[in-house]
Amino acid sequence: MNFLFLSWLVLGLGACAAALPWRSSKITAILGGGSAVLGCLSGLIAAGQGLVADTAATFSLPWSMPGGSFSLRLDGLSAFFLLPLFIIGLVGALYGTEYMQKEKARLHWTWYNLLLISMAMVVTAANGLLFLFAWECMSLTSFFLVITEYDLPEVVAAGWTYLLATHLGAACLFAFFLTAGAFCGSLDFASFHLLSRLTGPVISVLFLLLLVGFGSKAGIFPLHVWLPDAHPAAPSHVSALMSGVMVKTAIYGLLRMCSFFPVSPAWWGGLLMTIGITGALFGIAMAAMQRDVKRSLAYSTVENVGIILLALGFWMHSRAAGQHVVAALALAGGLIHLLNHALFKSLLFLGAGSLMHGSGSRDLGRMGGLMRRMPVTGLMIVCGGMAICALPPFNGLVGEWFIYRALVESAATLSGLGGFFPVMLVGFLALVGGLVLIVMTRIIGIALLGVPRSPAAAQAHEAGWPMRSAMIALALLCLAGGLMPIQLLRVAGRAAVLLDPDSAHLFTSQVITPSWLGIMALLLIGALLAAFSFNRWRQGRGTVAAASTWGCGFAFPSSRMSYSAESYSELAQSGILCSCLTPESRDGRTIGFFPMIRSFVFTAPDPVLEKFFKPLFQRLAGYCRRCCRLQSGNLHIYLLYVFSATVLLLFWAGQR
Amino acid sequence: MRTTILQLFLHLFLLFGLSPLLSGVIGKTKALFAGRVGPPLLQLYFDIWKLFGKGMVISRTTTWIFRAGPVVGLAVPLLASLLIPFGPVGAPISFSGDLIFFVYLFGLSRFFTACAALDTGSSFEGMGAVREVTFSCLAEPTLFFVFIVLARLSGSFSLDAMFGQTLATSWHTAAPSLLLILVCLFIVTLVENCRIPFDDPNTHLELTMIHEVMVLDHSGPDLGMILYGAAMKFLVLGALVVRLFLPGTTGNMALDILLFIGGLLFMAVVIGVIESVMARLRLLRIPQLLVGVSLLSFFSLILLLR
Repeated sequence: MNFLFLSWLVLGLGACAAALPWRSSKITAILGGGSAVLGCLSGLIAAGQGLVADTAATFSLPWSMPGGSFSLRLDGLSAFFLLPLFIIGLVGALYGTEYMQKEKARLHWTWYNLLLISMAMVVTAANGLLFLFAWECMSLTSFFLVITEYDLPEVVAAGWTYLLATHLGAACLFAFFLTAGAFCGSLDFASFHLLSRLTGPVISVLFLLLLVGFGSKAGIFPLHVWLPDAHPAAPSHVSALMSGVMVKTAIYGLLRMCSFFPVSPAWWGGLLMTIGITGALFGIAMAAMQRDVKRSLAYSTVENVGIILLALGFWMHSRAAGQHVVAALALAGGLIHLLNHALFKSLLFLGAGSLMHGSGSRDLGRMGGLMRRMPVTGLMIVCGGMAICALPPFNGLVGEWFIYRALVESAATLSGLGGFFPVMLVGFLALVGGLVLIVMTRIIGIALLGVPRSPAAAQAHEAGWPMRSAMIALALLCLAGGLMPIQLLRVAGRAAVLLDPDSAHLFTSQVITPSWLGIMALLLIGALLAAFSFNRWRQGRGTVAAASTWGCGFAFPSSRMSYSAESYSELAQSGILCSCLTPESRDGRTIGFFPMIRSFVFTAPDPVLEKFFKPLFQRLAGYCRRCCRLQSGNLHIYLLYVFSATVLLLFWAGQR
Repeated sequence: MRTTILQLFLHLFLLFGLSPLLSGVIGKTKALFAGRVGPPLLQLYFDIWKLFGKGMVISRTTTWIFRAGPVVGLAVPLLASLLIPFGPVGAPISFSGDLIFFVYLFGLSRFFTACAALDTGSSFEGMGAVREVTFSCLAEPTLFFVFIVLARLSGSFSLDAMFGQTLATSWHTAAPSLLLILVCLFIVTLVENCRIPFDDPNTHLELTMIHEVMVLDHSGPDLGMILYGAAMKFLVLGALVVRLFLPGTTGNMALDILLFIGGLLFMAVVIGVIESVMARLRLLRIPQLLVGVSLLSFFSLILLLR
């Protein structure tokens, strides 16, 4: 606990120091970024202590807020979420010192450090009011980080969407905490165990409130609409922090509150699974159509959150049915995937930021051939891509392996409808897995490989050492997770103890051990090395002749002829995906012998936002505008309002 | 321990020794149907041998990814073969849940083959890469459904046991399901190995093809490794089909191995016949057929779920 306070102190001092008007932005970066690095290191020690300790560390101070107390609790579940928070916070800060060398980013480091503090407070708060306070701080600081480039209209629009979505969610959370507080008599989490006495529809309504409240932050389908706009708008290391960690704090909230509930009915799990798999399919399908590399990654976050939710839902479902082995597998899968996603998605966002930094564009169609100019960034993106595709020997496979195992085991043992749904889910999950491979080979193939598609890409430059080392650290962690899956399971086991004691003891048993995955990853590396040395041996000493790519007889190949991002996803669009997702395109077809100059425009806006939320809010705005008639601007009318309100209040007071 | 080493040795021997033969058998069958003499049975051995001794020319636009494609393409089937039984010879490595690793292992080789193709910057190879990843994406659920059927029948989650001794008794109890998944697995084998009716391995420059177009720019030892890797992949998936088709055991190990090899050659002949009598499907029909196959495998599961 002490290290956590130390970390907050360092981060807070750094935030204040970075807010001062220093003469050079370099000093701000060193003060802010340096304090963030130090604070995160201290926080990592605190997280490590929390993971190792057998008992939870608690801390409490009286607070003048009515109903609130400044009480904190650092147990296995909190520590499990603190771990990725401080890892990503640390590498993000390192990365940011190079990335944010702009005058405009004046208060950047203040917001960054405050975001770290508030996120750490969200996962350690042990009081409802403190939780909400930290939650709001987290939303606001991340809002300010999203609108770093506030002179661009689309950035501001993205910021507003985000603020609106997060506050609508927070409203549900307020409703939940007030109801729960009223029932338990206190807002302290220590008294929330009384919630387990609740039965019937009340508890389900509370659960739905939580789902909407946390879901809007976690980006679960269909409340994800802010995510694909906000992530690209923010600076890349902030996108990494938001996508890798902040989204997960919502999952933390959901899990923490569910741990107070009685054993959940099976339909909660069913609901989570449905939302999860729908979100996964939708997210990855949308990711396949985006030209903007960060937007594509943001949609992939929607997909991964869907997978996590699917696993957690399946855990709830199997726990309700009393299948502890399957429940343990699903819970392990969900938690490990959550941790892994924090690592590899952050790696990919940092990589995408480095590509933007080097080539000056987020547009896949303006990159190309960057692997030659930016070898380290390229290699890191390939590593992240393999991890997110769940390919061995990286960590992504471990989480998915558990999820698949849970589904396959129950599909192979249950009969009737109980076995039907896991089978369906396996099929859909396999489809999602295939689509992820399309998305990642698309990003890698179009952005990194081939020939440069724009003059800027041909002049791209590699990132400096802070950005490179941040990415390398994350890639090594991803590889370590793949080679040592047992450690991942052990870390997840610490969180699982609090969530589901019945299946948590299986985490250390031989029943679900993933030790073979680590051995297989090593064997794979061995086989690759063997094949590589054979290749080198046959190639011999001499240099390899280089020639231009064979153009099938055409002598003047150009970058305009190579496969583009749109053409890469076209087959999946027409062959696999639902037509409701088809992006808007203006046809650039040329007809006749002397065609005019034609252009092809292709946009893939979010269908949920365009077809549901925008009309809904426009209609709401229309209704609200009608209320404007009350504000006629006439002073007499306003005096009448004041008078009538007073009279009504007098009556009301007289009645009591 | 000794049996494991024996199994490992037999696996590697069959894998390295036998895999190029299958393509020769297919070629000979097709030649027979067309009334030609055809290339010799051992043509692929000669090709690979020759390519390993040759020099290389690579494209100027390429990076290390281009060279990694063949390396991964060879290493993946090698490791995958250790997870499955070759007829009566059990898998040297087997653990609960290895079926998931098996599926994702092939994902790895697909990832690198597609990336290596895109690395050349040629639109032909881009086209091949797209088709490869898109069609495999539809074939993957089928593979999982097939494995779930077998896991359900054997009560185990390792490929070795799923394709093990229980298979013979399962044919008595659940023949319809097994027949369906045999068909499905056979079709997955055709898709994954780019055979007719999904892909035509003989055309090099038609815009309708998938695998061959992805490796247009590879040459020398790289191409040799790709050819060898593809042959091994064919053997690995084919071994599953043959095992499903010939589940029993005669009790004599040597005879069993011969039977298994005979089964593989028979499968190659069947593929040769299919390629001789069928045309390649229109590209837009392929996703429909793949979804149909997924549904078929799903149906075979439903038969068991009752």
